Amino acid sequence: MSETKVSRSVPKPSKPWQPSAAERAQSLSVGVLAALASVGLVALTPMKGVLPTVIFFGIFAVLIGFVKGTFTRGSTTGKNNAIGILLGLGTCVALIPIASILQTTVSRGYKGIHTGLFTEDMSMNTAIDPITEGGLLHALLGSLIMVSIALVIAMPLGILTAIYLTEIKGRFSRPVRFLVQAMSGVPSIVAGLFIMSAIIYPITKSFNGLMGALALSILMIPTIARTAEEVLLLIPNDLREAGVALGGTQWRTVAMVVVPAARSGLITAMILGIARVIGETAPILLVSGGGDAINVNPVEGPMGSLPFYIWKSFFFGTEEATTRGWAGLLVLLVFVLILFTLARTLSRRKVRR
Amino acid sequence: MAITEKPSAGPAIPTRRVITTEPRLSDKVFRGIVTAGGLSSLIILGLIAIFLAYQGYEILVKEGTSFFTSSTWEVITDDVGEVQSYDFGLAAMLVGTVLCALIAVIVAVPVAVASALFMTFYAQGKIKAFLIAVVDLMAAFPSILFGFWGFFILMPKVEYWSLLINKYLGWIPLFSVDAKIFTRSPFLAGLVLAVMIIPITTAVAREVFDQTPLDRIQAAYALGATKWAMIRAVALPYGRGGVVGGAMLGLGRAMGETVAVYTVLNIVYQINWHVLFGAGGNVASLILLKFGEAKPLEIKGLMAAGLALFLLTLLVNLLADFIVARTGKKGR
Repeated sequence: MSETKVSRSVPKPSKPWQPSAAERAQSLSVGVLAALASVGLVALTPMKGVLPTVIFFGIFAVLIGFVKGTFTRGSTTGKNNAIGILLGLGTCVALIPIASILQTTVSRGYKGIHTGLFTEDMSMNTAIDPITEGGLLHALLGSLIMVSIALVIAMPLGILTAIYLTEIKGRFSRPVRFLVQAMSGVPSIVAGLFIMSAIIYPITKSFNGLMGALALSILMIPTIARTAEEVLLLIPNDLREAGVALGGTQWRTVAMVVVPAARSGLITAMILGIARVIGETAPILLVSGGGDAINVNPVEGPMGSLPFYIWKSFFFGTEEATTRGWAGLLVLLVFVLILFTLARTLSRRKVRR
Repeated sequence: MAITEKPSAGPAIPTRRVITTEPRLSDKVFRGIVTAGGLSSLIILGLIAIFLAYQGYEILVKEGTSFFTSSTWEVITDDVGEVQSYDFGLAAMLVGTVLCALIAVIVAVPVAVASALFMTFYAQGKIKAFLIAVVDLMAAFPSILFGFWGFFILMPKVEYWSLLINKYLGWIPLFSVDAKIFTRSPFLAGLVLAVMIIPITTAVAREVFDQTPLDRIQAAYALGATKWAMIRAVALPYGRGGVVGGAMLGLGRAMGETVAVYTVLNIVYQINWHVLFGAGGNVASLILLKFGEAKPLEIKGLMAAGLALFLLTLLVNLLADFIVARTGKKGR
């Protein structure tokens, strides 16, 4: 007895739709050629600086891509290549500012970071003192308190709005959806003015942290409502039907099935809400008072905050003050980055079934 | 044999369950609370309009139409601090607001559409995910960051570019200047605003392009279309509403921006159409500028200005919604 021999040659997996090495090299050569041409042109003519080099690099890249495509496969391909390169360059243009902002903030802000920054306040110093004196503890605490109060107000309202839009689907769904959209477009300074006109002038007549928190909550509600709505829409209808089929009322279905299933998404909504308002400056400048000393009482006396600290520091104009401002911006940026990363890791997790 | 059985006289038959669509009390309460919460946005927006109007009413009535046509903003007081006369006019600020926002939209929309198209149809895998994350991150940056970045990094460069534009394109009325002052111009403010609204416009446009029906894309490819031909024939017509909506949303944001504009714009009470000239205005930054030293009377004027700004941005948002709804239907 002999076994029939089966040939076991497995074909090597290939991806014929992907560009081959030669094609990659050709695309790269377009870039290199364009770079050489632009640098050469700028060197030969009286122009100087980075800007003309970049502009001519773009022009040359598009041109060379067009010519190469036209000669190899005809003008349709040429046009296709040129547009592709153009769109890629457009994306780079969108990315340049963010790179510049990150680089500037880090390179200028780290000089102002010292250990005292997180343990001291500015009650004994002014912004023009040496950088190692004073800190922004008061601003951190103030921001923390204001954002927390704003969250306590905005979170229920935002989530209720989202539940209204996705679960109840009442008569006002369309107008409410539009109003939430409109509310997210309300200029932040108008939120501050509103708190002034509605509460500070007629009633309390004092600028404090609670007022800042109220203004922030107005800006927070639409962000939370819209993110939460998107999350709740992702919950499969089967879950709702199962809840109702088990005899649950709508209230119990929403509270025991839908909301728990969307928990991580709702936390994402909360985080995005915090990220939206943590750097909000205009309303804070208007209503929070902005003190230099630590004040943890939101209803009594002016309360400092991170944006206020940054704003104040920059307007002193001296080198120390400016460094202080950049350090403040760096701290703020780190906060935004942390919140953003948190929100992304949470939302990447699948909706729990 | 009969199938039915005669009920025996044993334990009492339970009464028939009443089947009704009437919700229970718990559900009624639940629906009430949620509806109230859902209407909070309506209530808040309404309150904003009412209170700003209430506070600014006096000034609006006294100034009448000159509140929107005159450009002076001043309060004249005597030595004791008593108000002698005042004149509140928003014209220059309104023109400046629209001008800066328009510059921003004109600069931002091509870049945003290009990056949205690139992200949707060209970038793949990790690069795509990275680009989306970066643009979303940029949308989360606080405006104060853009403001001071614009002031310290962008301003020296823009001043030089303005000089060049004025030198070679100065014959176009828009780019001409009366005096060669290029610092803190509407052009710079417009550029900073453009950087700020690129993320949101990109995000909205990308979302719409992402929903382009796959069968149409593949139909275009099957007919021999190149990528660009496919984009022109399928994606752009489909996504037009989203692009316009994103642009309008960006316009609304740019109009209401305060701190970023305040840091980079030289506020002058004079209508200025020359975008490179270092004089401009913005309703929101006027409020911030004047708020610090304002007396109660001027605060009322600022409230009226805030009301005008609020209604303006509301109008732009309304228009954006309307356009998206209309073109969206047509494209499908």
